[in-house]
Amino acid sequence: MNEHQQTLWEFMHQQADKLGMQTLQHIGLTFISLFIAVLIGLPLGIYITRKKQLSGFVLGIAGILQTIPSIALLGFMIPVLGIGAKPAIVALLLYALLPIIRNTYTGITGVDAAVKEAAIAMGMSKWQVLFKVELPLAMPVILAGIRTATVINVGVATLASYIAAGGLGEFIFGGISLNNTNMILAGAIPAALLAIIFDFLLSLVQKLNFKKIKGAVKIAPVLLILLSCLYFIPSAYGGKLTAGFTPEFMGRQDGNLGLISKYGLKIHTIVISDAVMYKAAQEKELDVISGYSTDGRLKAYNLVVLDDDKKIFPPYYAAPVVREDALRKFPELEKTLNLLSGMINDSIMTELNYKTDYLHQTPERVAKDFLMAKKLFKPDRGGNGGTVRIGSKIFGEQYILASMYTMLIKGYTNYNVATKTGLGGTKIVFDAMTNDQIDVYPEYTGTGLLAILQAPAKTVTTLQVNKDSTYSYVQREFLKRYQIKWLKPIGFNNAYALMMRQKQANELHIKTISDLKGFLENK
Amino acid sequence: MIKVERLVKAFGTTKAVNDISFEVNEGENMVLLGTSGCGKTTTLKMLNRLIEPDSGTIYIDKKNIFEQPPELLRRGIGYVLQNNGLFPHYTVAENIAVVPNLLKWDKAKTQKRINELLEKLHLTKDHLTAYPNELSGGQQQRIGLARALVADPPVLLMDEPFGALDNVTRSKIHGEFKALDELKRKTIIMVTHDVQEAFELADRIALMDKGKIVQIGSPAELLFNPVNSFVSGFLQEQRLQLEFKTIKLIDIWEHLPDSGKKTSTSLLSAQLGVWEALENFKFYPKENLNIINQQNKEVKSATFDQLMAAFSQYKNQQPHE
Repeated sequence: MNEHQQTLWEFMHQQADKLGMQTLQHIGLTFISLFIAVLIGLPLGIYITRKKQLSGFVLGIAGILQTIPSIALLGFMIPVLGIGAKPAIVALLLYALLPIIRNTYTGITGVDAAVKEAAIAMGMSKWQVLFKVELPLAMPVILAGIRTATVINVGVATLASYIAAGGLGEFIFGGISLNNTNMILAGAIPAALLAIIFDFLLSLVQKLNFKKIKGAVKIAPVLLILLSCLYFIPSAYGGKLTAGFTPEFMGRQDGNLGLISKYGLKIHTIVISDAVMYKAAQEKELDVISGYSTDGRLKAYNLVVLDDDKKIFPPYYAAPVVREDALRKFPELEKTLNLLSGMINDSIMTELNYKTDYLHQTPERVAKDFLMAKKLFKPDRGGNGGTVRIGSKIFGEQYILASMYTMLIKGYTNYNVATKTGLGGTKIVFDAMTNDQIDVYPEYTGTGLLAILQAPAKTVTTLQVNKDSTYSYVQREFLKRYQIKWLKPIGFNNAYALMMRQKQANELHIKTISDLKGFLENK
Repeated sequence: MIKVERLVKAFGTTKAVNDISFEVNEGENMVLLGTSGCGKTTTLKMLNRLIEPDSGTIYIDKKNIFEQPPELLRRGIGYVLQNNGLFPHYTVAENIAVVPNLLKWDKAKTQKRINELLEKLHLTKDHLTAYPNELSGGQQQRIGLARALVADPPVLLMDEPFGALDNVTRSKIHGEFKALDELKRKTIIMVTHDVQEAFELADRIALMDKGKIVQIGSPAELLFNPVNSFVSGFLQEQRLQLEFKTIKLIDIWEHLPDSGKKTSTSLLSAQLGVWEALENFKFYPKENLNIINQQNKEVKSATFDQLMAAFSQYKNQQPHE
């Protein structure tokens, strides 16, 4: 869809540094957690062969840990361990625990009773029986467990990027947010290769005969530690301040790429999910974050937006986008959706977001309160003249807007409404729309321009000076390419912004991004 | 040498071993005989504390074994298992060297001892680098025996040592077992359910049933002076064969003809069993056997028929139950 479509190879070549770093982090994460899991799981597995009455309990707990969805487990970790490597490693090791404990237990209980009896009868002590007989004979089974754990860890480690622990997940989830298939593949292919390679190598170790395993047992811990150390290589270079950017921000021309090319900003950066980024900034784990200018947490956590003095962030005016065939099918729809046009400016949106994000009011309540205040609210007419499907991305502002549209459609028309909210990133929600799964969702002009249309750099430069020209460009191109119509803008501009804690920004006299760059370079 | 006093062991509510006492003399070969579940294996395993008794004491060499650390006790007692229990991840050499390594022998001494045993047990040096699963059942059992004998322990415990072997291999190993001079010096306690094996190898037999010793005595005593019908019933099926094996030429000496035709065949010892003497007629079917009585150097000669006649005369004199 683009005149100079980048090939996967070009992308990987261009991002080779980052790719290498992420791969090292990925391997490191996998093996640190594996190493700790072996340190815990192996003795525990041995222990429950001695105390059989505990085996059901221990294996049960490890089994339950295994069934917790990985994202949820990472989520549980944040309040306890914060963000970064620590919670990721703990989560990964919990997943690795079950196969290691279970196979240790099975392996040792499976050793021929006659052989064990002979060992005892020869006069071996308990420890000698364990180390000279039971462990060597159980080793193939134990290794099979470690092999399973490794493959699980390589997979789950992709999720570590959600909590700023790095790894190949940065590319995968960045790519999903950015609608960039090359980026997804640049993360997914190495991750899959890692799983296959480690699985293969461990299968070779497993097939070694008993004799060689005796040596391998001694090499294994050393190898594990060496591989674990890979994680620390990339993080060895640091800086005065730490930035936390979302995967989406990392890969965007109007994000980190622009910061590097236009400002020459060099800052120690970790990748983190939007959900925990603001909190981490407040708790001083991060100093600079990439937020949205209307985010409610800006107000809640006393953050300040740095002025974009070189204008790299294009305007992100929000407006509903609708399938053309839906507009034909529901003639009242356009008029109804446009009721909101021009009603919400930046400060109102920030206030509304503050209510949901910080005061934890439901998006429905916030939407209703606002519509009542503006005298736009009408009770549900309970109409049945067809169902409009409303989508939203997975953050508060989109939920509020989706709720408002739902209430307006139900109040002003005879249509019913089905909502499909929380649709991951831009790629997911936009794919849902082009595949006729939803009829309408709120989108931002900047996202349309850069992430969906992927407009060439030259076009972007000429357009982004002006919010109206951007709007008319995306409106024209969306109609032409996707038969999707941009309705009137809602009013606020939810642009990207760099933010810092108010107090720190004042102390360091940083008001603009250029100030930040100056501070970082001035050692 | 070994003294067992009032040994009791219960598993749950069943008394596997119920108050048994016996003594084994130095150099004696005692066989614990009985059907499955009679308590013979449990008794054996209490001797090296693989199973701890509920009550009772055991003295080996006048020392109470329950006052010694079990590991040290076991290093001084050879143990041979039915399924050999060789370590599958060790070579034959490493398997045999387990106890010497535990006793921290130096390498040369271990190697010398292994070579010595290999020769006695009809194994070659090629076997040393092999793993147990590469050997035949009979070879594995010999390695198991070598492992038990390597540190030259005074006591040897054997739990159905030949139970997993086929009949041909077993009788071959029985022969080797009896011929092995290493074993002649040892106090051996062996468990078996095979009556013939017991009669062939035992100096004394302890016949067990339901956790008790029913009768303890030499094979001849069990055969000709059974204490009750259980003992005679237990031996009934193979009675004739057992008699041939139990009765020695010296026992029937007086029934043999005073003098016979001397031939060129060599002299047989009067200590041999009738069965073994009869086997000689396989090679010399028409000839007389010359038998020497070691005590008075008297030599008698008998044909097959004369030998059989002497055997039945001897039996007719025995009391019948």
